[in-house]
Amino acid sequence: MMPQFTPLWTDWLIYALLLIIAVYIAYTRSKPHLLAPWRKVMRSPTAIASSVILLVFVTIGLLDSIHFREALPQQNNGEKTVYSAEIISLFDRMATPLRNHVEKTYSAPLAVNLFAMESVEQPDGRVARLFPRLKYAGSHLGKDIEHSTRDQWRLFIKGSLWGAVIWVLLCLVLNAALASHARIDFSQMARRLWRGDTELPWRTLLLTIGMVLWLSAIAWQIAPRYHLFGTDKVGLDVLYLALKSIRTGLIIGILTTLVMLPFALLFGIMAGYFKGWVDDVIQYIYTVLNSIPSVLLIAAAVLMLQVYMDLNKDSFNSVVERADVRLLFLCLILGVTSWTGLCRLLRAETLKLREFDYVQAAHALGASHWKIMTRHIVPNVMHIVLITITLEFSSLVLAEAVLAYVGVGVDPSMNSWGNMINSARLELAREPMVWWPLAAAFVFMFVLVLAANLFADAVRDAFDPRVQ
Amino acid sequence: MIGYVLRRLLYAIPILIGVNVFIFTLFFAVNTPDNMARIHLGMKRVTPDAVAKWKHEHGYDKPLLFNAQAAGTQKFTATIFFTKSVPMFAFKFGAADDGRDIGQDIKTRMLPSLALAAPVFLLGLLLYITFALTLAFFRATYVDYVGVVLCVAMMSISGLFYIIGGQFLISKLLHLVPISGYQYGTDAFKFLVLPVVIGVIGGLGSSSRWYRTIFLEEMNRDYVRTARAKGLPERIVLFRHVLRNAMIPILTGVVVVIPTLFMGSLVSESFFGIPGLGSYTIDAIRSQDFAIVHAMVFLGSVLYIVGLLLTDISYTWVDPRVRLS
Repeated sequence: MMPQFTPLWTDWLIYALLLIIAVYIAYTRSKPHLLAPWRKVMRSPTAIASSVILLVFVTIGLLDSIHFREALPQQNNGEKTVYSAEIISLFDRMATPLRNHVEKTYSAPLAVNLFAMESVEQPDGRVARLFPRLKYAGSHLGKDIEHSTRDQWRLFIKGSLWGAVIWVLLCLVLNAALASHARIDFSQMARRLWRGDTELPWRTLLLTIGMVLWLSAIAWQIAPRYHLFGTDKVGLDVLYLALKSIRTGLIIGILTTLVMLPFALLFGIMAGYFKGWVDDVIQYIYTVLNSIPSVLLIAAAVLMLQVYMDLNKDSFNSVVERADVRLLFLCLILGVTSWTGLCRLLRAETLKLREFDYVQAAHALGASHWKIMTRHIVPNVMHIVLITITLEFSSLVLAEAVLAYVGVGVDPSMNSWGNMINSARLELAREPMVWWPLAAAFVFMFVLVLAANLFADAVRDAFDPRVQ
Repeated sequence: MIGYVLRRLLYAIPILIGVNVFIFTLFFAVNTPDNMARIHLGMKRVTPDAVAKWKHEHGYDKPLLFNAQAAGTQKFTATIFFTKSVPMFAFKFGAADDGRDIGQDIKTRMLPSLALAAPVFLLGLLLYITFALTLAFFRATYVDYVGVVLCVAMMSISGLFYIIGGQFLISKLLHLVPISGYQYGTDAFKFLVLPVVIGVIGGLGSSSRWYRTIFLEEMNRDYVRTARAKGLPERIVLFRHVLRNAMIPILTGVVVVIPTLFMGSLVSESFFGIPGLGSYTIDAIRSQDFAIVHAMVFLGSVLYIVGLLLTDISYTWVDPRVRLS
């Protein structure tokens, strides 16, 4: 039975973003002058390595953005199909064991027993204090539970072997393809690849893919049978939570800049191009917005949304949709606070460009203002836009955690690293302490932000004319 | 100069009015005074009388923006917007929803905020510039490379990690300083050491990298080549020429922050239990106290505008070519 496709608001925006990217790629492909900086980005080993990592995150985020409601098993034939009330994503479906293996409470990474002692009634009627067995982790072992460590090692080796096999196959295929493309021997190409003596950093690419394959193959072997990163207070698998948070992080990082982009472009270019009172009005608007402390502005806006949602409880069908609207609103308000920086940069650049000869010539030939702005100015400020988007991304991902702590972040029911950190920060004070939810959230966030920072650097080096 | 300052202060008035209108619209676009009263009195079983009484006590028993029943200028002055916004310009912040005087609270809480933010700012500035100059001195060597990698790694770590990790390591494991809290007077030192150190470390990555970029940009200029050509040692070139000329871009980013130091830091103040304005704001946000949030927004905007003004004045101080008129 086909599930019912139920995209959320942010999903539509992500699809729109994909469309924009596709159009951009199609447009750029045939223009050598637009491709040149991207070629430069791809020649940088750090950019290649970080873009592999980013691609992995983006893929998980995209899989998590295809939402649907599953069809419930039909009672009797002929009736209309009934769909489950729960909205899940394709990623949820793929990670079903992770999603369903909910334990009672905390358990350490790879543990087979609960973290806290409990009084359990024995079969003979006595009550004993012990660490109860987990319901799911290691359940495939049955009575053989003492050997869980051996089993985990077995799975680790099995996963590593799988990863290695796939990686070697991939290397062979790529090498063959490169060799035939360069019209040289297979072994000659392999030697070049090994030495890193290629125009594009294929060696770095393969090494990074190898790392990713290795880690994901191990996770693929172990995660369905044990809790790789333990479980949290209500027994949810921490790995699952951390993976689900990827979508939230990406949406905050990308959609925010996307929603602010039209305003920043329009206002920035208009202010720089027309000068005079238009410039004054636009400068006034962004000085006002800038002078409000941004956290306070976000806080005030989110509080108001909260009030609005409390007053209109009926207009949301489910918790997921409610959380999604709040996420979208958070992106909007973050966009409002952050578009001013880009706007100012664009204004300054346009002020410079409008005096250039080619713009004056276009004006003298009778081109309209609109045409000059769209044809002659916008293409020449796009590098600023691109650099700002990539630089802004990582700070937005980091800001999400801080906002969650202040209490004005994404909906508490939504999975995000900020919410994970916020709910786990008191757990360090427990005795013995619970460190894994915090660690998982910080590690995932660090990897994403580091990759984004490195990629942004490469993009800036390639696109910024001042650097060249 | 004085004329310039006065003119700039006059320009600030429309901006502050804009800020007030914006924040006011944001607050009351979906929220009504009735609603606020109900939130503060508890959502259940509130009599209309109690709501009316609360509104009267807190000054919300008027129309929002326009009073049609009043006469003359009262049409505009006898409104919530007017009565809540105009006293702000005289720094009269009124009472919070729980009845405390906001102005008094701000005065007492400013000091702890400043005691935390000022050392972070000064030590940070010193450390970041020193570090960035070192990297610029060793540019294109392994020292520079390792330093930049360190910076990128450090700026990729969430600020919360530094706070949580620092508290855990220093206070919980090593028991060197109290985990959180505050005391007035000289005892404040032991409570402030950890937040200051963490604040400085937290900003090391991004700031040092930014300063390094500024220095490197300056070092590519002609006057640096001239200085080297006439045989000046690299040390003198760096400190006497590059550092001075890099002051303009540095001041642009730095001076504007100085007045807002009073506002404190939201996150670290509340993590370390320091009774400053940052934790005050967070508490107000959590208890949905419009009066306090409004006052803090206004204060923040004023300080920001003062910061912009100070930035312009500081340009004349480091660059004799800049004249304010």
